[in-house]
Amino acid sequence: MTFSSFMTRKEAFGFLVLAAVIFLVLPLALDAFRLNLFGKYLTYAFVAVGLALFWGMGGILSLGQGVFFGLGGYCMAMFLKLEASTPENTAIQSTPGIPDFMDWNQITALPAWWEPFNSFAFALFAVVAVPVALAFVIGLAMFTRRVGGVYFAIITQAIAAILTILIIGQQGFTGGVNGITDLRTLMGWDIRSEAAKTTLYFVNGALLFAVLMVAHYIRKSKLGRLLRAMRDQPDRVRFSGYNVASFKIFIFCVGAAFAGIGGAMFTLQVGFMSPTLVGIVPSIEMVIFCAVGGRLSIIGAVYGALLVNWAKSTLSESYPELWLFGLGALFIAVVMAFPNGLAGIWSERIEPQILRLFNRSKDDKTAPKRAPAE
Amino acid sequence: MQERFILKVEDLTVSFDGFKAVDGLNLYIEPNECHVIIGPNGAGKTTLLDLICGRTAASGGSVKFHDKELLSMREDQIVHAGVGRKFQTPSVYEDLTVFENLELNYPKGYSVFGALTFRCDDTIRGRITEIAETIFLEDMLDEKAAYLSHGQKQWLEIGMLLIQDPELLMLDEPVAGMSVAERKKTAELLKRIITDRSVIVIEHDMGFVVDIATRVTVLHQGQVLSEGSMEHVQNDPKVVEVYLGH
Repeated sequence: MTFSSFMTRKEAFGFLVLAAVIFLVLPLALDAFRLNLFGKYLTYAFVAVGLALFWGMGGILSLGQGVFFGLGGYCMAMFLKLEASTPENTAIQSTPGIPDFMDWNQITALPAWWEPFNSFAFALFAVVAVPVALAFVIGLAMFTRRVGGVYFAIITQAIAAILTILIIGQQGFTGGVNGITDLRTLMGWDIRSEAAKTTLYFVNGALLFAVLMVAHYIRKSKLGRLLRAMRDQPDRVRFSGYNVASFKIFIFCVGAAFAGIGGAMFTLQVGFMSPTLVGIVPSIEMVIFCAVGGRLSIIGAVYGALLVNWAKSTLSESYPELWLFGLGALFIAVVMAFPNGLAGIWSERIEPQILRLFNRSKDDKTAPKRAPAE
Repeated sequence: MQERFILKVEDLTVSFDGFKAVDGLNLYIEPNECHVIIGPNGAGKTTLLDLICGRTAASGGSVKFHDKELLSMREDQIVHAGVGRKFQTPSVYEDLTVFENLELNYPKGYSVFGALTFRCDDTIRGRITEIAETIFLEDMLDEKAAYLSHGQKQWLEIGMLLIQDPELLMLDEPVAGMSVAERKKTAELLKRIITDRSVIVIEHDMGFVVDIATRVTVLHQGQVLSEGSMEHVQNDPKVVEVYLGH
């Protein structure tokens, strides 16, 4: 495949600008603390990109993306927690060598399903595999029975609620409502230092670009066109000879994999994972990131995640009680006035203006040259 | 030896909350025939096509295409077996261009992996152009389907079926809602494409039916009222009573 068939110049320009923002502008403009905050925002962009694929293109609205984000994050947190719980570090516990919250809950041995998370390779695998496996099961159960639309959204939301309750209820195994905290090192590398956080920011950015390229490839493939066809005419796609359910399951799993990677990067950069990131509210917020960015645009989804989270931090620092109203108002505004979000404003309003200006200045330059010749 | 029938519908029944839309129906389609189904509103014509193509689940009976039982197959499997269906209202992918609409129906890359790795090569492009010429849309390949007229959408949907080259083509009122000029062009188009395959057509336009039909079946209240040549059914007193005489 040639580059030009993979990406038009306009698309390449969009990716370049985003790369400049993430790898140059933000690192140069922000101190290490703020940069780490933006790194955290960018982990939500993984989820938003997935949503742009299966909600924007495929028309499947999931209100439970926090589940996959959380599962990815927990898989990473379990590995980091085990590494932090060496017998020396936990010598004061009644059972040294197990995570502290287990000890507090009178658990005396590491549960068997925690054991594999001693291996970094397994943890990395699980970060993607666990969310994908759950998404596959949900997809198989829902899409082959042709559950869709609002019903699917409600069911995913219920799953988000169930997982939160499960994590909080099984405190001894999951850290309960506090989550898994006090994570220190990754393979002996202290992830709490400023230098480490800056490095992780760039790793996160690179991974996000890898995810964006995968998403872009899918969008450009026939599968991308099929998704758009399915969104508008699901019945017709079946009579074009496609098994609609298998495509929906696939794209839902892709979204879950993206979210899982984002969750793992969240754990690494923020240093904990808790059920507050899994439940209904964060899941809905993730949909809002995508909606604000423009649900049809994968680049827009990244800007949406950045902007809404930045607004959230800024607003809730000064007016904590106002943020939820702000978020609600934002969502209504986007749905009512800008259904295609930031990306829509750009491509419908700003870009034509720029093109017009550009063309006019070209005309201005060429016009006088032509005049004397006549 | 060639089979006598490519499609055998036997004792087919579907009931919606006790109402039998299709009731113990038998229908046999021969190779290369153009079989027209007529009947008053609510006779079960569209439901019959829905049952054959898997859109509606039957309550009983059997639909055999060659030796395959279609009733136990999914819609996409039925398409792969060689049965194509055109809907009454034009259903095309509005957000995609004419080219993309045809490309999606090109019989290749049906699996998830196949769709991810699908490449539009010159063979496919040639076939799409060829079909676009047949359906009078060769100048509109890059146009979004949403911007086509009603008649053009009907043609596009016919093209989407043609590119799959089905052995059995089912058309539900292909000229409904068309202007006189479009109607004429469509009749021409249909006459060209119904050769070399079996076709089931639902149509109300009698002039058109006389023109294309090799055999006619009249449905009434989910059952076959009369079957045979156009001349035969036109002179059947039962038919005159319920349908043509009105």
